[in-house]
Amino acid sequence: MRETKGVSVSVSSAIERAVRVETKREPLPPRERLQQVFEIEDLTAVYGSNPALKDVSMEVYKNLVTAVIGPSGCGKSTFIRCLNRMNDLVPGFRQTGTIRYHGQDIAAKDVDPVAVRRTIGMVFQRPNPFPKSIQDNVAWGLKVLGMKDNLPERVERALTQAALWDEVKDRLKASALSLSGGQQQRLCIARAIAVEPDVVLMDEPASALDPIATQAIEQLVHELKSEYSFVIVTHNMQQAARVADMTAFFSISRGDEGERWGELIEYDATEKLFTAPSDKRTEDYVTGRFG
Amino acid sequence: MSTVGATGEAARRPFPGRRARLGDVLLQGVAGLAALGAFVLICLIAYKVVDGSRLSLSTFGLGFLRHVGWDPVHNRLGGASFLFGTAATSLGALLLATPLALGIALYLTELAPRWIRGPVTALVETLAAIPSVVIGLWGVIVLGPVLHDHVMPALHSTLGFIPVLGTPSATGTGIFTATIVLTIMILPIVSSISCELFLGVPAELKDAALGLGATRWEMVRGVVVPYARGGVAAAMILGLGRAVGEAIAVAQVIGGVDNLVSWNLFNGGNTLAGKIALEFQSSTSSLETSSLFYLALILLVFSLVMNVFAQVVVRRVARRQGLVAR
Amino acid sequence: MRAADLGMLQRPNDRLRRRRAVNRGMELLAWLAAAIAVAILGIVVWSVAKRGASELNLDLLTKPPVPFAIGPVQQGLANAFAGSLVIVGLATAMALPVGILVAIYVNEFAPRPIRLGVGLTLDVLNGIPSIVIGIFVFGLLVVGHGQKGWVGAFALAVLMLPLVARSMIEVLALVPGSLREASLALGVPRWRTTLGIVLPQTVGGVVTGTVLAVARVAGETAPLLFTSSIVGNQTSWNPGHALQSIPVAIFELSEQPDPADHARAWAAAFVLLLFILFASLSARWLATRSRRKIGRAGR
Repeated sequence: MRETKGVSVSVSSAIERAVRVETKREPLPPRERLQQVFEIEDLTAVYGSNPALKDVSMEVYKNLVTAVIGPSGCGKSTFIRCLNRMNDLVPGFRQTGTIRYHGQDIAAKDVDPVAVRRTIGMVFQRPNPFPKSIQDNVAWGLKVLGMKDNLPERVERALTQAALWDEVKDRLKASALSLSGGQQQRLCIARAIAVEPDVVLMDEPASALDPIATQAIEQLVHELKSEYSFVIVTHNMQQAARVADMTAFFSISRGDEGERWGELIEYDATEKLFTAPSDKRTEDYVTGRFG
Repeated sequence: MSTVGATGEAARRPFPGRRARLGDVLLQGVAGLAALGAFVLICLIAYKVVDGSRLSLSTFGLGFLRHVGWDPVHNRLGGASFLFGTAATSLGALLLATPLALGIALYLTELAPRWIRGPVTALVETLAAIPSVVIGLWGVIVLGPVLHDHVMPALHSTLGFIPVLGTPSATGTGIFTATIVLTIMILPIVSSISCELFLGVPAELKDAALGLGATRWEMVRGVVVPYARGGVAAAMILGLGRAVGEAIAVAQVIGGVDNLVSWNLFNGGNTLAGKIALEFQSSTSSLETSSLFYLALILLVFSLVMNVFAQVVVRRVARRQGLVAR
Repeated sequence: MRAADLGMLQRPNDRLRRRRAVNRGMELLAWLAAAIAVAILGIVVWSVAKRGASELNLDLLTKPPVPFAIGPVQQGLANAFAGSLVIVGLATAMALPVGILVAIYVNEFAPRPIRLGVGLTLDVLNGIPSIVIGIFVFGLLVVGHGQKGWVGAFALAVLMLPLVARSMIEVLALVPGSLREASLALGVPRWRTTLGIVLPQTVGGVVTGTVLAVARVAGETAPLLFTSSIVGNQTSWNPGHALQSIPVAIFELSEQPDPADHARAWAAAFVLLLFILFASLSARWLATRSRRKIGRAGR
């Protein structure tokens, strides 16, 4: 991203356009009426001896789309993976701080991570459908987790919500790997929402997809937020501007001995963050002066 | 499980405490048991072999290794002739097989036209797949007579002044035959590993040498051999280990002579492994059985040492060249 | 370039000639070595094929041996074929589950030092001569109880274990981590993920590894010498008794002076070799197929 005045202005206006014009976002209800889903306090995450995140504190609200943006290496993925205890799988990972989910600290060691992941689902950057049929991709989780009643209806509902039903209803038994990338990702979304989570975390869900597939997914998220709460990591600012109600901006801080870690810089309603950011670092990032 | 939906506030229960699921415990437990079992197996093998040789160890001690002759009737048993036989046949096989294997590997990687590589490699692999009893059968019925009728007399009459090529024995069996058979058996191992090693030499190094005007042979000697030296050493150790451990083919062609240690390779003899194989049914006294365990113990110790040696060499080579260790 | 240099290029001097001659010599030696190897293999395989095929007849598979036969008697090695089937089959049934479990532990649960330790254990186990394994099983299970078919199978299973476990470990490592993540993110417990998602991906590899291990072990004689070799001549399928096996039969027949015995040994060797070659080739074909399938799933 170049420093010339002309370019940064046009980038900014593209985002302005995204924020003000293109989005179908309804205005946010006042802060008092928003329900909290997550209340994160002083979250610090470390891989072995390398700090990844320090002192992140923010709230995530119900039935909203919350975007997490920032330069690469700022800990966005680490942050989102803390929310469903996926980082437990990484050897040498430690975290401190609390993550209150509806009041209960799910970061505590004695909370069952498997139960957490049942309620807080995740969609990954690269589509990773199971090497099973389209139908079984959605049904397998349901069967294993004991939601076997009305299986065909549940499968259809999930696929419909993921805007995939019409495209696959005639070939449910076909292999999931025969779908295109965008379809596979929507299948992963269907798989995740079939087990009726409360929150859906998405780690750069459209970064491996073409623009049309990306648009389909953004549309999906917008329609589904009435039922689920979304937290989306994205490196694409315009996507955040289009899709998110709240946006959290993370950035890299450096220490004296050259170590780097991620920190939450600013967290606000998307419109405000992009058009009138409070922190200079946020302004630098969204206007493209670095990033 | 907490039932949650879009509005299931009231039904939400706190997440349960971390619990060990039965499935996880079972799977990890049973799988862990299996892994432990492998380790226990090795310990058990060591224990049983030592235990079985206890009688012989206490009776003969280390003198067993020096005594030549196996006389069960008078309880005078010794392993020296077998140590000699093992050393002679295995080292002889290594001596013969290594240059052949290196030659094949060099030929396949540097000289052969592309269409030859596939078939010859397949051929070498097929040789590796032939069971030892079949090679032994071939050795007894085909190789033995040929050696006895033609090769051994010829060698003796022309080079008989060298003590190792003394008077041929009455049959076609003996140390010499066994050495040839072992050579055939370890040839594929050394050659296929060498092939992989030579293929792994970076092309830039080879091109650099050739670009300086070196002949192909000079390039091989100057670049390929030093680069692959460690790996070839490991291959040779593996081949040696195979030769030492081979019981069946050796038992078939070596003639089963227990009390001879002579420089004449055309004589009959026996090896550690071959002796155990040949005695399996006719061991009468418990002392004799225990002495067979003693021989097995020597083999076990030797194979463990070789294994460790080979691992060390492989790791040193891999580290030096920054390759991924096998 | 100066004229003098050009001259050096044009005039082959003695040194260059000598170097070229050495090169030619070495190339010839290499060629010779390859030719010898090919010749050896050809001779061995040809011998076995020629002698084996000519002696091959159905009697081999259907008739039992008749020792001390006087005059032409129709005899075969039915007991050996039956016994080998039973013993190798049992050995596979013993080694396969254990090998798979070891691989699952190494790949899915073990911390790094234990992983290395188990790998080392398997390598050591692999390097122990089969005759030592035979004498070990003899001391463990035969002393005091007598030879039995299933004891021979156990000895073969000990040989198969490192092969099966190693190949399973490789196959499990090929399953992409993203699949495990996808399953765990749904809230599916670890063991369900391993059994329901990871293992089904490895079926091709399991089959390949097993077939290769069977090919390797089908010709093993030494372990069976101690554990299942004192046998009668009737065909038996009962692993509770000592059973004859093809390699042991070949071994014993090769020690006999009678050419008729040799003939049967050749025939049996021919069948054994055919089986092993067929198994190895199938395994390789299966391996390429399964590798392609796993590769697709990760995308």
